[in-house]
Amino acid sequence: MFGVSTQALFGQLLLGLINGSFYALLSLGLAVIFGMLNIINFAHGALYMMGAFCAYFLLQWAGVGYWGALVLAPLIIGLVGVLIERTMLQWLTGLDHLYGLLLTFGLALIFQGLFQNYFGSSGLPYAIPPQLTGGQNLGFMFLPNYRAWVVVFSLAVCLVTWFVIERTKLGAYLRAATENPTLVRAMGVNVPRMITLTYGAGVALAALAGVLAAPINQVRPLMGADLIIVVFAVVVIGGMGSIMGSIVTGFALGLVEGLTKVFYPEASNTVIFVIMTIVLLIKPAGLFGRAA
Amino acid sequence: MADATAESASIAPVHSARGAAASERYAFIIMALALIVAPLAIYPFFLMQAICFALFACAFNLLIGYVGLLSFGHAMFLGVAGYVSAHTAKVWGVNPEIAILLAVLSSGALGLIVGALVIRKQGIYFAMITLALSQMVYFFCLQAPFTHGEDGIQSVPRGKLFGLIDLANQTNCYIFVLVVFLAAFLLIHRAINSPFGEILKAIRENEPRAISLGYKTEHYKLIAFVLSALLVGLAGGMKAIVAQNASLTDVHWTMSGEVVLMTLVGGLGTVFGPVVGAFVIIAMQTYLSSFGSWVTIIQGAIFVACVLAFRRGIVGELSRIIGKPL
Repeated sequence: MFGVSTQALFGQLLLGLINGSFYALLSLGLAVIFGMLNIINFAHGALYMMGAFCAYFLLQWAGVGYWGALVLAPLIIGLVGVLIERTMLQWLTGLDHLYGLLLTFGLALIFQGLFQNYFGSSGLPYAIPPQLTGGQNLGFMFLPNYRAWVVVFSLAVCLVTWFVIERTKLGAYLRAATENPTLVRAMGVNVPRMITLTYGAGVALAALAGVLAAPINQVRPLMGADLIIVVFAVVVIGGMGSIMGSIVTGFALGLVEGLTKVFYPEASNTVIFVIMTIVLLIKPAGLFGRAA
Repeated sequence: MADATAESASIAPVHSARGAAASERYAFIIMALALIVAPLAIYPFFLMQAICFALFACAFNLLIGYVGLLSFGHAMFLGVAGYVSAHTAKVWGVNPEIAILLAVLSSGALGLIVGALVIRKQGIYFAMITLALSQMVYFFCLQAPFTHGEDGIQSVPRGKLFGLIDLANQTNCYIFVLVVFLAAFLLIHRAINSPFGEILKAIRENEPRAISLGYKTEHYKLIAFVLSALLVGLAGGMKAIVAQNASLTDVHWTMSGEVVLMTLVGGLGTVFGPVVGAFVIIAMQTYLSSFGSWVTIIQGAIFVACVLAFRRGIVGELSRIIGKPL
């Protein structure tokens, strides 16, 4: 097809789906946090990186393997998130939302700087868990088991998150508090605690993406720095209001990026930003967003 | 909704005094005198760098301080202007004033395109979109042949200003940079104290009301955005001539973050804050450069400290103490 081997085409599409999983998990976390706190969490990329490092530390220092890290790292980093919200972000309530962006940007600089200071800029290896090594020969392509796992598992996590927010009682509280925190408080719901836990949950999603990424991309202090900007573009394309929107856009844009790598590699870095520009011109509120 | 008042709580202080206050006039004279005698005590090359960044921060402050728009992509204007001026001065061999003029124009053109795209957006969206667009410009600069990618454009000739004044002479160069900076500073000061500036402040405080008064707010915001881009272009073009190179550092998002930090440290929406902030940050980077990545950590810590406890910035606090606008 167009002089491109099917092997390369499907290989890149798979890579696109993998990147798409990370875009989806990260933009989902951003959307959840934005919904409750009305801030854009600039530290999201740094917290994703810390999730990967947490998995690495757990293995090196505590002998906890991949499966343990998949549970523990999001919990630990989520706790870091709770601390950040309690000690800093909560003081910004009532101020211009831009201060939240600036504060989390500063936090991202601190985290990335600290890790760079102690671990340099090169990557640390993290092995694929033994249960997921090897792969399947599908005839038209070779499918490594771990990559298939990442795509399926991320999709599952995204759908569960969507279900919790859109279809459960807890989610209903969350959505109500997003719409009108004062009224929900008057009904006896502890909204500040909900806000704290929401931030922690959004951060945990980022850390989870970090653990998933550790065996694929090496564990590097700056692994989240450029990624977060792409995720911002994904969020703008999807539009802020919708949980499902951010999941669909994340995966779709990963695929588009993968396709661009096959057919016009020079543009693979910029294609998402170009799409963002086009979407802004045609549908300023984003593909799934409510009019701002 | 109860939230509405909090939403409109503005990021910059409001000065009721119309027009340029006397305190600002004195402060300008002090700043000009300080910059004239400074090269006697401080390395002129450092001063020229800092002045270019001060102009960069002033142009940035025009948006955040007076229109309430936080651009997180201003590095694209600085970087592109730097490349244009370095390329035209080195490869085309034009005089420095022409190189800088071309840099200003290309930065302004980029500002018009980007501005037209983002000007309807507000707050966080505006910040995210400008950041994403500047990342696109970064990748363009990384791949375009004339920027020489990772190497950048090195050993740019400073040339002769108007074909007469040799800028390779450090004193000439310093005077040139200082004159351009003071002129641009006065231009900004004039703009924010003009009827145009008053409309910008009205938009910052309450855009729907400005619209209901019949102002086409998007036009005013776009003009302010392009003006800011033009001035950043001036800073970037001049900086490339002074430093004799243009590199990817100036287009990278970290630079966009730095200009936010400079303005925040100095005082958002103050006239002199960005200048003070730029000098503080550049001095810190220069004198702490041996500490490597600790500079980033310290910058991050300053960000956090400023947002949590020191939102007025240095000049903002000073202005509060003396009770006059600065």
